[in-house]
Amino acid sequence: MLSRTADNLFWLARYVERAEYLARIIEASTRLANLPSAYAGTSNEWESAVATAGCAHLFYQAHEKATRETVIDFLAFSPDNPSSIRSCFEVARTNARSVRTALTVEMWDAINSAWLELSKYRASGLNQDENLANFLAFVKETGLRFDGSAYRTMLRSDGYWFSRLGVMIERADNTARILDVKYHVLLPASETVGGSLDYFQWSAILRAVSALTAYHWVYKESLKPWLVADLLILNDQMPRSLAACYESIVRNLDSLSLAYGRQGPAQRAARATRTRLENARIEDIFQSGLHEFVSDFITENNRLGAAITQQYLT
Amino acid sequence: MAGAAPIFDEMTLADGAVRPAYETLARWLQSIPPDLLATRSREAEALFRRIGITFAVYGDAASTERLIPFDVIPRVLTSDEWGRLSKGLTQRVRAINAFLGDVYSKREILRAGIVPEDLVYRNPAFRPEMNQQPVPHGIYVMIAGIDIVRVDGDTFYVLEDNARTPSGVSYMLENREVMIRLFPELFSAHRVAPVENYTDDLLATMQSVAPRSASSDPTCVLLTPGLFNSAYYEHTFLADKLGVELVEGRDLFVKADVVYMRTTEGPKRVDVIYRRLDDDFLDPLVFRPDSALGVPGLMSAYHAGNVTLANAVGTGVADDKAVYSYMPEIVKFYLGEEPILKNVPTWRCREADELKYVLERLPELVVKEVHGSGGYGMLIGPKATSAEIETFREKLIADPANFIAQPTLALSTCPTLVEEGVAPRHVDLRPFVLTGRDKVRIVPGGLTRVALKEGSLVVNSSQGGGTKDTWVLDS
Repeated sequence: MLSRTADNLFWLARYVERAEYLARIIEASTRLANLPSAYAGTSNEWESAVATAGCAHLFYQAHEKATRETVIDFLAFSPDNPSSIRSCFEVARTNARSVRTALTVEMWDAINSAWLELSKYRASGLNQDENLANFLAFVKETGLRFDGSAYRTMLRSDGYWFSRLGVMIERADNTARILDVKYHVLLPASETVGGSLDYFQWSAILRAVSALTAYHWVYKESLKPWLVADLLILNDQMPRSLAACYESIVRNLDSLSLAYGRQGPAQRAARATRTRLENARIEDIFQSGLHEFVSDFITENNRLGAAITQQYLT
Repeated sequence: MAGAAPIFDEMTLADGAVRPAYETLARWLQSIPPDLLATRSREAEALFRRIGITFAVYGDAASTERLIPFDVIPRVLTSDEWGRLSKGLTQRVRAINAFLGDVYSKREILRAGIVPEDLVYRNPAFRPEMNQQPVPHGIYVMIAGIDIVRVDGDTFYVLEDNARTPSGVSYMLENREVMIRLFPELFSAHRVAPVENYTDDLLATMQSVAPRSASSDPTCVLLTPGLFNSAYYEHTFLADKLGVELVEGRDLFVKADVVYMRTTEGPKRVDVIYRRLDDDFLDPLVFRPDSALGVPGLMSAYHAGNVTLANAVGTGVADDKAVYSYMPEIVKFYLGEEPILKNVPTWRCREADELKYVLERLPELVVKEVHGSGGYGMLIGPKATSAEIETFREKLIADPANFIAQPTLALSTCPTLVEEGVAPRHVDLRPFVLTGRDKVRIVPGGLTRVALKEGSLVVNSSQGGGTKDTWVLDS
């Protein structure tokens, strides 16, 4: 297929995934911010939301203070934020338009309807919790619908694999990013210091990656920070864990190399990362530094994105 | 002569009788509840918006994506009417191809003095780069859109030939899909000839004109100027139905006079390019050097015979409005046949006595720029203010060769859903004629465009026109 088409499919999937993640961040932050400070601590959840979304630098150029209003506006609607939900949907639709031929009708419909629907929502209307909840549900449903349409209707050929790669690289980045911002509440030391305060932080992390219920099924015990980290990093049953993302990345890259009859740096890099995740134990990760592990991972994941671009998309 | 002619309605004759082709439809229109058409019309609009069938209007920054209004009442032609049209269209496009082959090689028609030399040589659409250059299989115009108007029960005129990159075929196809979805009862009451095989015909046509050096399974692509082109939706639609890659200039490159596209598996050779990009932008090394839309080196690959461009370069010299007036002579010269389809009577303002006639009758004539298209740059005498007529008169005197004039035609009307209910509105018809190495293919019907404003004759989508589904009834 055309390199440009593959590139568009890859980024289209990434942007839809990113929009959904932003919606979850806003949801989790709203929940934490609404708790009495005796439960959630006095930290500003909205500051942390901006950091988790990876746009702190841009945000503080536009706003002085991170409040519910400024952050929701910036993360959901701001045209100045290239990664706001609005911008994500806009870029996704532009990409979709330019590769209409590579999308199924259902995928196009999911994106195009979302874009039309988006114009109904305005930041000012979201001050009521009910409206905000509806908006976030709409964004998450768009992600599910797009993903589901791709899964159910696309030919299992290179277009599908590039689209999956986009989803997984973005998803791995998002999971790693939330760990990166929140790693301090997962550190063993904070257990004694923070006590119950951190409990709600852990549940917020799990909620942001829709893993709260999964946690209980897997570990069958109350929230423990190292188990939260284990679930999000190493548990390959958990769809948003780094391990699960990399298993899928390796599989999709293998499908490509099989179909094209050759492999390259992207395949090798992906396999190396997966092997590292397979062999790691959560104790060792905490011992050698959770923060270092996560920031190394983010760098590697970015490098893999660049390698895929170099090998296939240009 | 023009203003006085009664207007021919394709459904209802002046005495109130319904023409046979419309009998079932007319009965149905009478039997349905009054709001049914409006309801279905809204459903149709929602469908079109959902599918994303939009077009862009140049110079209209506020709404870059608009829908072309769709009228839910179909236009009906009998198979006899279509049979005649289809023969005439085939003949006309054969003549156009013969003319282009001649103009870029032996120029017999110029030497015979039938078409004036300067009309060809000084025509901005004439491409000296194509001089004495053979094109694959000698076919220049593989895809033509011939605009037809009707003035009475028997007379169809060719209003305009489009031999460059005619658009609108996606509307023909989507209109039919939407109609079948919204009005299944009408399709069981009529035998409507299908149009859905158009894209298969187009692919067969493209494959048939692949260069001889191509493999037996030639690679065809559709070249688009990109997202911002007004017909972009159509490009994606066609590429999808054809099952070919939709490429932009940057997806292609030329190496050793062979065209390749950049794919995830490395370079892949391209044999046939259905290009929806004007000549000017095709190759910055030969035409406009500032074009970022084209492919450097494309023309040398073309001249080397390694790629087919559909349509060929330089076809615009045949669909020019001044050359148009010579089409009856062109048909006779190459085919030795009488033209089956008539031209609209046309005055060539380049000729002094005809200019004089035109200047005297500006308020009753339609005056068009020879190279204009899309309804821009024309004067419709009966609808113009006297100030507009005077401004136009100055333009005409300053550069008479740039204009032709025609009588204000009493274009036929068809019943159309408007705010006040069902009312007659003027229509035209653009059938699409495909010319391959093996044969000419035309799907029955074409795109009917309708002027939605009462009394208006301008059907162009850029000027507020709409479209209708066009039915050719099987006899």
